[in-house]
Amino acid sequence: MTTAEHAAGAAGASERVGLDRQSATGLVFGLLGVALIAGVAPAISGTSRKFNFEPPPDPAGIGFHPPTWVIAIGVLFLLTAVLGFAPPEARRWASPARLLSAVALIPLVLVLSLALSDNPSTNVINLFNESLVLATPLALGATTGLWCERSGIINIGIEGTMLAGAGIGYMTYATIGDAQSTGWLWFSILVSVLAGGMVAALLAVLSIRFGVNQIVGGVVINLFALGLTGFLRSEVIVKTGITTGVGTSEFGLPLLSEIPVIGDQLFRGKPIYWMMYLVVIGTWLVMFRTPWGLRVRSCGENPHAAETLGVNVVRVRYQSVILGGLIAGLAGAWFSMESQTRFEDNMTNAAGFIALAALIFGKWTPWGAFGGALLFGFSRALGTRLQFLGVEVSGFEIPSEFLQALPFVVTLVVVAGAVGRSIPPAAAGQPFNRSR
Amino acid sequence: MNGAKNANAGISRAASQVHRLLTEAWRLQPLYVSLYAILLSFVVGGVLISIIGVNPFTAYWALLRGMVGGGDEIAGSVARSVPFIGSALALAFAFRAGLFNIGAEGQLLAGGITAAYVGALSWMSDLPGIVAIPLILVAGTMGGAIWGGIPGVLRTKTGAHEVISTIMLNSLVLFGVRWMVNSRDPVVLRDTESTVPRTDPISDTAVLPELVDSQPTLHVGLFALLGVCFLVAFVLNRTTFGFEVGTVGLNPHASHYAGINVNRVIVASMAASGAFAGLAAASEISGTNGFFQPGTFFLMGFDGIAIALLARTNPVAIIAAALLWGSMLSGAPLMQQEADVSIDVVRIIQAMVLLFVAADAIVRYLFRVRELDQSPFKATSIEGAV
Repeated sequence: MTTAEHAAGAAGASERVGLDRQSATGLVFGLLGVALIAGVAPAISGTSRKFNFEPPPDPAGIGFHPPTWVIAIGVLFLLTAVLGFAPPEARRWASPARLLSAVALIPLVLVLSLALSDNPSTNVINLFNESLVLATPLALGATTGLWCERSGIINIGIEGTMLAGAGIGYMTYATIGDAQSTGWLWFSILVSVLAGGMVAALLAVLSIRFGVNQIVGGVVINLFALGLTGFLRSEVIVKTGITTGVGTSEFGLPLLSEIPVIGDQLFRGKPIYWMMYLVVIGTWLVMFRTPWGLRVRSCGENPHAAETLGVNVVRVRYQSVILGGLIAGLAGAWFSMESQTRFEDNMTNAAGFIALAALIFGKWTPWGAFGGALLFGFSRALGTRLQFLGVEVSGFEIPSEFLQALPFVVTLVVVAGAVGRSIPPAAAGQPFNRSR
Repeated sequence: MNGAKNANAGISRAASQVHRLLTEAWRLQPLYVSLYAILLSFVVGGVLISIIGVNPFTAYWALLRGMVGGGDEIAGSVARSVPFIGSALALAFAFRAGLFNIGAEGQLLAGGITAAYVGALSWMSDLPGIVAIPLILVAGTMGGAIWGGIPGVLRTKTGAHEVISTIMLNSLVLFGVRWMVNSRDPVVLRDTESTVPRTDPISDTAVLPELVDSQPTLHVGLFALLGVCFLVAFVLNRTTFGFEVGTVGLNPHASHYAGINVNRVIVASMAASGAFAGLAAASEISGTNGFFQPGTFFLMGFDGIAIALLARTNPVAIIAAALLWGSMLSGAPLMQQEADVSIDVVRIIQAMVLLFVAADAIVRYLFRVRELDQSPFKATSIEGAV
């Protein structure tokens, strides 16, 4: 029983409705399937559309007939619904079917948006790549949260840590390298990373040494970073007069970027973007495949048991929080030296909180968190794309705000436990006092 | 011999008198920690100011004059502080019930947009002010209460932790109001004649009367929020509901066992918290702006967290803490103008205040303040995890 469930149980609220969670999800998919087949498919235009795989002129791609695809996805949803109510022996297919249906929502959105737009085609590979790029800071931020929370420290200061990394890194670049030299650019990215580590160390000291409520600690970090970077911007960056400069540059991965059609789009990118993959893979390897990773996880689940087994809980927590901070610093560098080469006040713009949502969406696992970050990145990329395509539903243009808000709704639903409960590490948020 | 006895008695009486005085003084200890924290933060800020080559005393003198240097400055400072009272109460009330409401940011937006919508309704101008003003305030309060109540319901029905759900709801309402205020096709709440995205101006009858024509305007909303502070103090200390809130905050399991309807208390406290934020937003819309713009409430909810913690969630102390907070922000521009020190210094000082209040061990160590009771901000009161 998780703490949250425990509290809810104590509050006498754990009574379940007649329908269990799986069947309820199935039911939602079933209704959606019926709506798609009976309502949406006949209503949308039957003219052929095309998903392009490369930029014009004369792009390769696949043409399709939107109503057919909508019906196909609708049937998949209906099957999922039926499996949800199937006899127990067939039920083992229900879970993969639900997952497949959930994934099918993405092509569904794409098919529908193209069918509702006046444009006959759009480049989906490019859209996918944009999603990945926009997911970079979110995936890094979620990894930060993963390290902290798996070791038992809640970090809502990811936002501030990133902001500090972004500001201090760009300030270094502008003052030392005039925001022009490549050598200093790399040095400044390193400074960003270290700045993130320093800020996280502050959180670690507050929450581990002083036993401050970790959420309060996070709020302190966020306020502090906002003030500090604003101060540095107006006192240092503005006074150098260097408002923008040369950021990191794109390069193609050897061999992979030679692949025809998709290689040049998917396997060209900027360095921090590539580092994001290394960080996610590295996190997974270290956290789940090394003894130290096991120690980190044990500190987040049951620190006293870990201590009994000889784990130095305090040290492990310091290490993981600071490691997380270094990662958040890298995410900060992405904002001020890769995505753009400038620094603005509050530049991270709630990315830290979105990263936290991605972490929860991914149920506190590295790949899940990456998937969550990708979902948020996709919704942003799609928002821009839909505006570009001019998608209209009966004369009503879909606002980009709706799409941007969608992942938050999804996360809220996930947290509320409607799509498979997301369970945090048991000891996250609880201060640890060494047994004497 | 008798005399010696008397002298002894006198000494012991004096000693007990001193002891009593000291005990009284120690009861003020939380105040000491807050005061020392403020002092320490200004020292840190001063070091920072000296680093950029400005005399910190010049800067602080300008800041002080910006805060309380004259009638207009004082009125402006008070006006700036008013909404902070509401956003701090939003944290404080839920905190008493053991809930961490970091959703004041969103509850302000929800309350603000509701108030602006109701205030701009066409029939509002037909109503007399005595009806229209309460109506707009109630509308904002309701908007905030509903938005604050949702995480409470989610918490009781599904166990979703309120920290996460309020963060999500903050973003949701932000996108929602941005759309309502930006969209031209269809027009939702945008004032189409305005070049910047904002809602239609509210009806003249719904404008809160002005007290002082300061910058920003000091309006009657001040009394509304002061009243709410004392009301909250009364409810928490003198009513059954307040007792239930406190008990649930201390131990939900024991409360359940004692027959308190914990679910009801959780939902009610969250809704009440949201209502305070909503009221603050409505009073700003009605008294200061006259229309709704999403940027107005930026950071106000998060500042509320800091203020409530500085006041140790005491509703009356919140008034003082909010005044400090608002007047610092209000005085900062003069400091920038005269001493050429960025206003962000104030933000750093504020973060430091919160840091030192939260990590009171630092202050206690530096100033040798004895620890009387457990700090209410030790993580023990917050169960569960993000």
